[in-house]
Amino acid sequence: MLEMALKGSKRYWGWIISLLAVMGVGFSCYLLQLNKGLTITGLSRDVSWGLYIGQFTFLVGVAASAVTVVLPYYLHNVKTFGRITIFGEFLAVASVIMCLLFIFVDLGKPMRIFNILLYPTPNSIMFWDMIVLNGYLLLNMVIGWNVLEAERNSVPPPRWVRKLIYVSIPWAISIHTVTAFLYAGLPGRHYWLSAIMAARFLASAFASGPALLIILCFIMKRFTKFDAGREAIQKLAVIVTYATVISVFFVGLEFFTAFYSQVPAHGMHSLEYLFFGLDGHGRLVPLMWMFVILAAVALVLLINSKTREKESTLIVACVAVFVSMLIEKGLGLVVGGFVPNPFEIVTEYSPTLPEILITLGIWATGFLVLTIFYKIAVSVKEETG
Amino acid sequence: MRGKRMDRRTFLKVAGACVLGLGVMPVTDVFGGNDLPKILRNPNALVGKKWAMVVDMKKCWDNGEEGCVDCIRACHRTHNVPNIGNAKEEIKWIWTASYENAFPDQKNEYMEESLKGKPFIVLCNHCANPPCVRVCPTKATFKREDGIVIMDYHRCIGCRYCMAACPYGARSFNFKDPRPFIAEVNPKFPTREKGVVEKCNFCAERLAEGLLPACVEACKHGALVFGDLEDPESNVRKILRSNYIIQRKPQLGTKPNIYYIV
Repeated sequence: MLEMALKGSKRYWGWIISLLAVMGVGFSCYLLQLNKGLTITGLSRDVSWGLYIGQFTFLVGVAASAVTVVLPYYLHNVKTFGRITIFGEFLAVASVIMCLLFIFVDLGKPMRIFNILLYPTPNSIMFWDMIVLNGYLLLNMVIGWNVLEAERNSVPPPRWVRKLIYVSIPWAISIHTVTAFLYAGLPGRHYWLSAIMAARFLASAFASGPALLIILCFIMKRFTKFDAGREAIQKLAVIVTYATVISVFFVGLEFFTAFYSQVPAHGMHSLEYLFFGLDGHGRLVPLMWMFVILAAVALVLLINSKTREKESTLIVACVAVFVSMLIEKGLGLVVGGFVPNPFEIVTEYSPTLPEILITLGIWATGFLVLTIFYKIAVSVKEETG
Repeated sequence: MRGKRMDRRTFLKVAGACVLGLGVMPVTDVFGGNDLPKILRNPNALVGKKWAMVVDMKKCWDNGEEGCVDCIRACHRTHNVPNIGNAKEEIKWIWTASYENAFPDQKNEYMEESLKGKPFIVLCNHCANPPCVRVCPTKATFKREDGIVIMDYHRCIGCRYCMAACPYGARSFNFKDPRPFIAEVNPKFPTREKGVVEKCNFCAERLAEGLLPACVEACKHGALVFGDLEDPESNVRKILRSNYIIQRKPQLGTKPNIYYIV
């Protein structure tokens, strides 16, 4: 089926080439990083994880969100999702590949990455994260490919694939739970030391992932013959609505615990730094308020059924959800854990240009994988009608 | 039939040899085996079950000259700690932090004047329950039997999870190649390369030669005392018995092994 990705319009090839160009720029910046070390990033002794790990954290959520179409379709027989489950699965594949790349570029000694396999360490959550991420990647590639092949041949997918699909449902939950556990179990990082961390991660995942899927469906409708169907998109929109409400509610819970208890150690300082600024430092304040505003706009547009059902406002709402969660998970959450540092000193962080270009390069890689898989899936659907 | 009989014969031969072997085993243990470790330990090596340090800040402030950094200088020189000259990428094994910063949970507005803003010597706490060891995905950070939390720089993949986990900010990362920033290389201790984390190792390499940690040796006023907590007669236990001591962030359950007299 891969050959289907090699036939395309001029616009298709233009898009592929521009992605390759961004990847090339990112890769050359990565070579610079390999040569000079992580000194080319904005990271420091105090904020030792930044944009890379933030993006990884956010994208694990996008990957996990495939379950929002797979679960209703396979467990509750929601037939309208039949046409788009494959897109959910391929979105998961592209996101996990990006996650793995973001971890890779964050390593100080990437050539030693196999030490994780050579010295398996079950007490490290990172070990389990490696297992669940790679397992999820494999599951979705095998499932997606086989389901699509079966569709092309107009036969039902083999039985064992169905079993794998059932495995993939709790597995999707596990990837985001384990990623939340990377943060949630650390003494001294009060902003992360919260029992609802995994729940927060899942809620934001089920908001941002399907929001992206809706946007992708509209893009496909515009540029290809494939139409996911109004009903499927509206059902997804309802999922995005509930997940966004829960996600914002969970952030509110963190605020309550921190500020009503007035215990500085319970994340109060970090929240102050992120949303109001601390000790005269407030580089992230505008971004965090953008998160608040975008989330509010999204909620208004989504909860109101009139705007949710209207295509143009739904797109605005989905973009707002996606960008707001990208700010909150992809930067604020990680940096908030490190600021203030263990000495209660504020060291600020902002990504440098090479760091941003490497990040864009990885996003371009993800979009390339996504484009190729979606191209194949759309071609199959066009072929079979 | 013939083949089967041969099988039985072979079986008996092998079984006999095995039984004989088992009988011989204890003898080889007596003559062939020994309890000596594969690498001989220096007979002068300092051995302990749970190394700890007492930092007597009173002695440090009262006897030392203002701004005395003998311990820091000795440690950093011994271990080829580079001087990066940039707070964000700084490498430090032992350094000073004000009371309010080192003990953020134990300060108050009307605090004793003698403590306000006073510099405290801080270093890795060699926790009995170290979070950095728990999170390391490659066992590059591990705890030795004598309680020293130590690193294998050659195994570290530079993921910096240990830096996120350490509540004492005791870990530094080599953002760039540290070698050009070492004023005078001590050939007896390795230098590091870019991309790995490093930290205080309680001078494990000096203990193995029967020497006290470099910082302890360098302090002219005996403000730093090193010893074995499991030995009731050790110098550290004697001090702990008769002084009021504090630890950094004891509420986190990491059980730090650096004790402070204020």
